[in-house]
Amino acid sequence: MTFALAFALLAAQPVTAEPQHAAPQEDLSSVDWEKEFGVEKKVVDPVTGELPVDPYTQDPANAGATPFAGDGMAKAFGGQEGIRKIVGRLVDLSESDPRIAEIFKNQDLVRLRRTLFEQVCYILDAGCTYTGRDMKTAHKDLGTTRADLNALVENLQQAMREAKVPFAAQNRLLAKLAPMDKDVVER
Amino acid sequence: MPKLSFKLNILAGLGLSLLTAPAAYADPLLDGGKLVLTNGISSIEGASGGGLASWATIAGMETDRGVGVSAHVTGIELSDYGWQSHGISVGIKDRLELSYARQNFDTRKVGAALGLGEGYRFNQDIFAAKVRLMGDTVYGSPLLPQISVGVQHKRSLDAAIVKAVGAAASEGTDFTASATKLFLSKSVLVNATARLTNANQFGLLGFGGANQTDRTLQFEGSVAYMLTPRLVVGGEYRTRPSNLAIAREDDAHDLFVAWAVTRNATVTAAYADVGSVATFDGQRGGLVSLQFAF
Repeated sequence: MTFALAFALLAAQPVTAEPQHAAPQEDLSSVDWEKEFGVEKKVVDPVTGELPVDPYTQDPANAGATPFAGDGMAKAFGGQEGIRKIVGRLVDLSESDPRIAEIFKNQDLVRLRRTLFEQVCYILDAGCTYTGRDMKTAHKDLGTTRADLNALVENLQQAMREAKVPFAAQNRLLAKLAPMDKDVVER
Repeated sequence: MPKLSFKLNILAGLGLSLLTAPAAYADPLLDGGKLVLTNGISSIEGASGGGLASWATIAGMETDRGVGVSAHVTGIELSDYGWQSHGISVGIKDRLELSYARQNFDTRKVGAALGLGEGYRFNQDIFAAKVRLMGDTVYGSPLLPQISVGVQHKRSLDAAIVKAVGAAASEGTDFTASATKLFLSKSVLVNATARLTNANQFGLLGFGGANQTDRTLQFEGSVAYMLTPRLVVGGEYRTRPSNLAIAREDDAHDLFVAWAVTRNATVTAAYADVGSVATFDGQRGGLVSLQFAF
């Protein structure tokens, strides 16, 4: 092992000419490196286009907030169609926001768009249930900070403003989301 | 064997890069990630808050992982007096605020009437510190406000004059405890502050007097309504002791509009009323304050 490590360290140097060791290289192009390293492959579901997640118990309470009563808030957001647009815009803005874009890289954005839509639709009482994970589980290992959360809030505000959601109604939704900060900020 | 050594190479290479690579996502010192206006504006004593009241907010645009700075300049035109103040603040990790402010109070024609000479200026330095104990203005339970305690050390630069008018001391220290919360469901921000103070006219006329030498408990209340994420209107009320025998001191209040022109610049305009100052009653007028925060 010591020898292997020493060899590995040597070989890790950027450029080392090793003319003596001119033995023919094994063709490695056909090697399944994910299998060699034990990387678990995730396969996109052909129907939903989503990647699988660890099993969890579905419960609307996972949304992290109790829904509004009545249809006032749903109307203020333009119903399910309006909510879908706002959530889509929020994800688009955040994906291209240099402050937080890195967090969204290599994430299942198909699933994110669906569950985020469900969550907002459920909280606004616009006729959905929430089938996603709870906030703590969904944000596990994302390494998010308070500043990241603030950036996301600003993007959500922009998406709501563009959709002409009245400011007081915007804040009423934010009031439902604000208490979740401890579960979505990791460090 | 080549396959194995290739694997080891990669693993060792990863190990090396983990050991030697600098932190890939080091936070910038000035992270500037705070939500706009949640740093408050600079109060007349330099601490972040409203115009009159010190709030539980921490100055600067930093979050809990960075450092923030802000600077302000404020002018007030009262019926008989002019006020100018300016200062700087540092916010550390949205936890500790250190601030300095200088107040210059121009007596204009009143100076001559008081025998000080026309345009005599009272000046004061204020060194302040504030620490956030718990809670967050925006996040967390609506039942848990952001709570901070602060200390404001004030030094009048006119020791001989303020003692001549009856002040017990030319230096004094205020202690504050503040609770601030933005009730998002109503778009309303509320602040309540308790202040232990013996300052006369914020300290410009010294500390304590014939009526009362020791600190007394005073109250500062602020209510603000958010019109947009960058535009807030509100009002404040601040009770004050009346320590001096020669001149009554009244409670102060204001009505303000604060506008975050950009993330880093906030303009505040207010109508302020501080009542009677040095026997001249009805001192009210306009306040304009400009703050830059990073």
